[in-house]
Amino acid sequence: MSATAPLLTTPLNALHIELGARMVPFAGYSMPVQYPAGLMAEHQHTRSAAGLFDVSHMGQLKLVGPDAAAAFETLMPVDVIDLPVGKQRYGLLLTDEGTVIDDLMFFNQGVVDGEPTLFVIVNGACKVGDIAHITARIGQRCKVAPMPDHALLALQGPRAVTALARLAPGVEKLVFMTGGDFSIAGCDCFVTRSGYTGEDGFEISVPAAQADTLARALLAQPEVKPIGLGARNSLRLEAGLCLYGNDIDTTTTPPEAALNWAIQKVRRTGGARAGGFPGADKVLAQIDNPASLQRKRVGLVALERVPVREHTELQSEDGQKIGEVTSGLLGPTVNEPVAMGYVTPAFAAIGTRVNAIVRGKAVPMEVRAMPFTPARYYRG
Amino acid sequence: MTVKFSKDHEWIDISDHEAATVGITVHAQDALGDVVFVDLPEVGKTFTQGEVAGVVESVKAAADVYMPVTGEIVEVNEALRADPSLANTDPLGAGWFFKVHVTDMMQFDALMDEPAYAEFAKNA
Repeated sequence: MSATAPLLTTPLNALHIELGARMVPFAGYSMPVQYPAGLMAEHQHTRSAAGLFDVSHMGQLKLVGPDAAAAFETLMPVDVIDLPVGKQRYGLLLTDEGTVIDDLMFFNQGVVDGEPTLFVIVNGACKVGDIAHITARIGQRCKVAPMPDHALLALQGPRAVTALARLAPGVEKLVFMTGGDFSIAGCDCFVTRSGYTGEDGFEISVPAAQADTLARALLAQPEVKPIGLGARNSLRLEAGLCLYGNDIDTTTTPPEAALNWAIQKVRRTGGARAGGFPGADKVLAQIDNPASLQRKRVGLVALERVPVREHTELQSEDGQKIGEVTSGLLGPTVNEPVAMGYVTPAFAAIGTRVNAIVRGKAVPMEVRAMPFTPARYYRG
Repeated sequence: MTVKFSKDHEWIDISDHEAATVGITVHAQDALGDVVFVDLPEVGKTFTQGEVAGVVESVKAAADVYMPVTGEIVEVNEALRADPSLANTDPLGAGWFFKVHVTDMMQFDALMDEPAYAEFAKNA
């Protein structure tokens, strides 16, 4: 995407401007980075009440047909076939070298209009490439149907369920990583109980023509305020969640990225459907022999109140380069500088001290477990 | 006119040229958002005009603070170090960054006055 390409807008663009958002280019779209309340207040509001996010830049698509799940499984090291109807799962598209093309969420909608259907949400900056990749690899086996006529909203925070259940009784019965069809304020919504903040909450797919109506109905609830992409980033980092392009990309494999939890046993060595995904030899060898890893993603907290940002070099206490920060900021909830980055395995154990080199000065950091804030997903 | 503005969005108040006060402008703090960290220069260190003398960071971004004029740092705002949000709440007052001993008044005179800076910031 060249810097001069005209920016796309989401169906909520007029609402963002009406709300006084500061708009910035992101993934080819003009997106709200913050509203007048500001990033800190928006972050805290999401952790204490409910925040509404426009994430319509993300790619939504459906994979349709009796062979869709088996076909999709050939692209990811993930159990797609056995995902029950009504459930959602995290997935990873891999290159033939086993590195990450994109991370995504997929949902088994069961039989829709007579055909088994998977609903997939991918990153905005990757969606054109993802759809091309998926179509090229499995377009013969199932229908790959992008949904550019749909917006995506996220309602996140401990009060999200109260606000949404007022408009759509029944959503409170959903548990984390499940979903279903709901009518909300007259809009035809597909709702999942999931998100990217570490809080309880929902993501809502809605026809673009109804998005403004839905957003206004949600903002009319006393718990709900609009939240920009700035707070979305600080919330996800505190939650220990990867940002594609920063923390994972086509140079990182899932084991290096500490994403083995996303690879179910059935796809691992000895599993009933072991391998059979791009880069399987390399990825499974890394899982089977963790000592072979050259680097590993870890959480880091600075021991001085200095934010440590992406691309900051990490050194051992005796001054050897041992890694690099991939995301970092002063976490508004934890109220200390948090980061994630890659280090050589000898420095990956919880409690290990390393130095971040910030403007030529060593800032001491400690490897910490993630998430930095406790996850508050609703599991029933 | 004792206050002038740099193209790097600092203000300098030269009421006392032995200890002229420097901070970031309303426009600068607004563009940065909530300030969470400042890195202030060492007292006694001399910087030339345009050199990086400090850093100001919000949750989303970091920005350098440039010396608007050549001079020696004579004092830094420890209250700002302790509470960086002063740069947002009172950027032209309690949120000042450092004081500098100005030796070249020509550099000060060449900076923008308030109407010129307002116009400059509008187009920034």
